[in-house]
Amino acid sequence: MDLFDKFDGVAALHASLPFKDVDPFKVVMDKILSETVAVINGRETIMAGTNNYMGMTFNEEAMEAAKAAIDAYGTGTTGSRVLNGTYGIHKELEATLCEFYDTEHCMVFSTGYQATLGLVSALGGKDDYIIIDADCHASIYDGCSMSNATIVRFKHNDVENMERRLKRIPEGANKLVVVEGMYSMLGDAAPLKEMLEVAKKYGCMTLVDEAHSMGFCGEKGRGIAEELGVEHLADIVVGTFSKSVGTVGGFAVSNHPKFDILRFVCRPYIFTASLPPSVIASATAAIKAISRSGNRRAHLWENARRLHAGLKSAGFDMCTNTAESPIVAVHLPDPDVGTRFWEQLLEEGVYANMAAPPATPSGVFLMRVSVCAQHTTDQIDEIIKRFKVTAEKVALELRNT
Amino acid sequence: MADAKILEKISAIITPINRKGVALTGATSFAVDLEFDSLTVMDMVADIEDEFDIILPLNLLPDLETIQHLVDAVEKILSES
Ligand SMILES: Cc1ncc(COP(=O)(O)O)c(C=O)c1O
Repeated sequence: MDLFDKFDGVAALHASLPFKDVDPFKVVMDKILSETVAVINGRETIMAGTNNYMGMTFNEEAMEAAKAAIDAYGTGTTGSRVLNGTYGIHKELEATLCEFYDTEHCMVFSTGYQATLGLVSALGGKDDYIIIDADCHASIYDGCSMSNATIVRFKHNDVENMERRLKRIPEGANKLVVVEGMYSMLGDAAPLKEMLEVAKKYGCMTLVDEAHSMGFCGEKGRGIAEELGVEHLADIVVGTFSKSVGTVGGFAVSNHPKFDILRFVCRPYIFTASLPPSVIASATAAIKAISRSGNRRAHLWENARRLHAGLKSAGFDMCTNTAESPIVAVHLPDPDVGTRFWEQLLEEGVYANMAAPPATPSGVFLMRVSVCAQHTTDQIDEIIKRFKVTAEKVALELRNT
Repeated sequence: MADAKILEKISAIITPINRKGVALTGATSFAVDLEFDSLTVMDMVADIEDEFDIILPLNLLPDLETIQHLVDAVEKILSES
């Protein structure tokens, strides 16, 4: 008997995938040539599976700011936000986010995972109810397990299913509804207006995780709540710097008058070191850049629509009917085809994400492409072309169109 | 509601997804006997919630290994509401 025996099932599942040469969970990027091109196994590869939606990883202002911050403040803070880890620039970043979101309060966390984990776990007390979408990210689920609340789950993006459950919660109980703006696997957007309206009808507090919608949804790039004009119904918005902002870190913004008390009760905020100066500086610069990046946003959406239309007309089984986000995912019939497709696509010089259960909803197997605002139209066309070539090589049947 | 009635309703929900045709008794386990994965369990729980108009909190699920556990949990929730 060994404590590690409980993972044998996972090991067997992984071993059963028929990879020949490359294991998708062990890919190494040898060189990063730009926002959209890397060298993998000696081959120049189009990166079509990053979260670098706004292409901020090589933003000049952000890079300059990061370098200057290292010179001024050193490489790290070596302390928690509530001890020696809050520098002037941390407060400046929080002020930048307050301005970006037009809110009173902001807390910056060391990762987006910790921001969601911290908020959900701190808010869910013993007699409270947390109501979540079944397809929510692991950080939300983990926040739920860490909380002391009763957890109620509703069917993904199903407003009616959610309302039926809200009705059953005892009157007078405190309720927190947690949803995402955009779901990262299939790239489907939440019907946020209807959901938040129903949540408010039942007196719930609402938390929206805009991890995969900040930067390119809404006129200013704040996310789906902005795009749908329902920001006033979202009591707390959580986000990350690890996607559109191009670095690492997380945040929560709110107008709740008592919001700041969370700094004393939110364990994932307290019991970890704060973000290093370079990260803080580049995040601040990138958020400022995003707020005036209307053209970049427009090009990102053009890329998403072009890719979606191209793959759809080639006969791929699309996960969404239209391009609802920069995440464009296609269904693959089974793990065998999925594995071979992913591997062949990499051979063709395109890196996409292979997603398999349990990370995917409903046990589906898919190839997930995420586009970047810095992808050129030619690169998008190349991705489409190489998808078609790959389908042929692995004998994936495409639909007649 | 009596145990027998609850068991009957729960069995009716499980029958269509009982692909292996396992005999359904109180001792039947979801993971081992029925080989349900977590997604199947999730859908089943949602159906049971709607059938009895109750909430089966996510927190309870790890303890519900057999049909009898589920019957007992539903019975308890119904008697408390
Ligand atoms: C919805 C959601 N929340 C939070 C996170 C975590 O973000 P981070 O990479 O900053 O930890 C992610 C990213 O994986 C996400 O998809």
